[in-house]
Amino acid sequence: MTTKPLPMRDVLLDRIWQAMGQDAKIFFVSADFGSPILDKIRADFPSRFVNVGIAEQNLINVSAGLALEGFTVFAYAIAPFITMRCYEQIRVSLALLSEVRPINVNLIGVGAGYSYVVSGPTHQCYEDLTLMRAMPNFQVFSPADHVTAGALFERCVSATGPKYLRFDAQVLPVIYEQTVPDLRLGFHVHRRGRRICLLATGYMLHTALKVAAQQDPEHDVGVIDLVDIARFDEDSLADELAGYQGLVSLEEGFSGRGGVDAMLFDFLARRNLPLTLLNLGVNGGYRFELGTRAELHEQVGIGPEAVQRRVAAFIQSLSH
Amino acid sequence: MSWPLCRGGQRFAPFSNQRRNGGAALNSEPLDLRAKAHWVWRETLAIHRRAPETRLASSLSAVEIFVALYYGGVLRFDASQPLAAHRDRCVISKGHGSICMYPILADLGFFSKDELLRVCHSGGFLGGIPDPVIPGYETVNGSLGHGLGVATGMALGLKRLDSDRQVFVVSGDGELHEGANWEAAMFASQHRLDNLNLVIDDNGISMLGYTDDIVSHHSLSERLTAFGWDCRRVDGHDVLAVQAGLLEMKATTAGKPKALIAKTLKGRGVPGLENAPLSHILNPKPELIDSLLEQLP
Repeated sequence: MTTKPLPMRDVLLDRIWQAMGQDAKIFFVSADFGSPILDKIRADFPSRFVNVGIAEQNLINVSAGLALEGFTVFAYAIAPFITMRCYEQIRVSLALLSEVRPINVNLIGVGAGYSYVVSGPTHQCYEDLTLMRAMPNFQVFSPADHVTAGALFERCVSATGPKYLRFDAQVLPVIYEQTVPDLRLGFHVHRRGRRICLLATGYMLHTALKVAAQQDPEHDVGVIDLVDIARFDEDSLADELAGYQGLVSLEEGFSGRGGVDAMLFDFLARRNLPLTLLNLGVNGGYRFELGTRAELHEQVGIGPEAVQRRVAAFIQSLSH
Repeated sequence: MSWPLCRGGQRFAPFSNQRRNGGAALNSEPLDLRAKAHWVWRETLAIHRRAPETRLASSLSAVEIFVALYYGGVLRFDASQPLAAHRDRCVISKGHGSICMYPILADLGFFSKDELLRVCHSGGFLGGIPDPVIPGYETVNGSLGHGLGVATGMALGLKRLDSDRQVFVVSGDGELHEGANWEAAMFASQHRLDNLNLVIDDNGISMLGYTDDIVSHHSLSERLTAFGWDCRRVDGHDVLAVQAGLLEMKATTAGKPKALIAKTLKGRGVPGLENAPLSHILNPKPELIDSLLEQLP
């Protein structure tokens, strides 16, 4: 039996709703952003739900103040707005303050990458991984399906500190039918190979799995889902990558601008791992073209066909 | 480091009771708030003499506000447990303009007075802009316009916890140019946060001149009233009036957030600095500070 795919946000919000009945310390703050499950939270826990309105700076400040009074806070808005509209509030009152005061604020940003397909670049989000990983004490999670999104709940309530959860706005196929990624590792190995490994996060895991399935079996392409961008188990990932010649990073964010690719360049260098890295992300700048997500992805070089071509060329280059 | 600490604090009643119980013990032994304010003014000058990196003018405009809050029976605090749940919260949003808090917190026992000799020095924790590593500071300040919003969240949290503790925020008028303040102002009245008390050090000057010439607030009290706040105005250098205004504000719980607008002078009492349009970035000559400190208290 296959699991019915659900919106990431609804699965996590349902976990929060269930927990709010037992845990009077959970507070939910929205910047005028909803979901069907949020209606249950609003109805059942009106004293621990607050809508700050279209005011993300205040969303962060109010969340910080609630956390200082001991609440576990979930703050909820569209991804570019909850990260970029209020970046200095996040830096000052979440990242800096959490160095000296125990605060637990979990930012849920909906709208990873191109997932608000026809809304254009204001609502699309290609810079957030770069920005959120720039703060050394932020935990950053990028799930690829709703099972992973729901599994993040325990981490949110058990681990103090500021966190960013980057959720897709679209319903994505279920990846984890039988298992859940091990969040202690922060990554999940989907297939092991020998020549190259595709290391993808969020929506791009789906692309990576498609591309890997189309490769000539003799090329032995591995696939890893990176869920925890900031605190994955480095030793385990280094072990996992040992033996590969090439690594391909796949992210739905600008390439070469400090995102997952930069993190991996740094990781490979620090660990002295002899892998060549091909970093695949959004090429070029901001675009206003309309199209399906697949079409947009092909235009910027991260659609399945584009990735297939670039991976094939990468494999060729490693052979010489 | 040889500059002597002003010892004005010794002229006043000991604070052993106050350290434990906050302002509650003050009624038993009246304190000369004016003399205390003058002592804090002198100590602030002395700190600036030793650490010219500190912002003097905006710290002198707020002296009476902080003296009234901490010595005037307004705030409940416990210097031995600065983050005890039973304290009133005091968020100091105008971070760099609160160097006058250093002698106050040392005097009240939050930390050793020896620290006042290490302001802006390696190994100390009293910086040019105060951080919450300092006992008595609640939040990260100095990046302006953050305090009111965070305090609003604290006030909402305390309401939900059924706490009778109140939240005070000390903000400058210049930092009210930051839009986040007005997001918080709207939110606070919507949620009837009558445990939230905003004290505005209305010295009328930001870094490059008079706020009226930059982006005027016109009437802060009218603006805040229009946002649903309960506003009071006071002469911010009449410490007894500030104390009375703060006590009245704290005692008012009528379903509205409250503000006390204290009209003050930036650089108060320092010739050439007081109310000068560039006072924020002017440093008085060391000899001038010496001559002011040599005058009898």
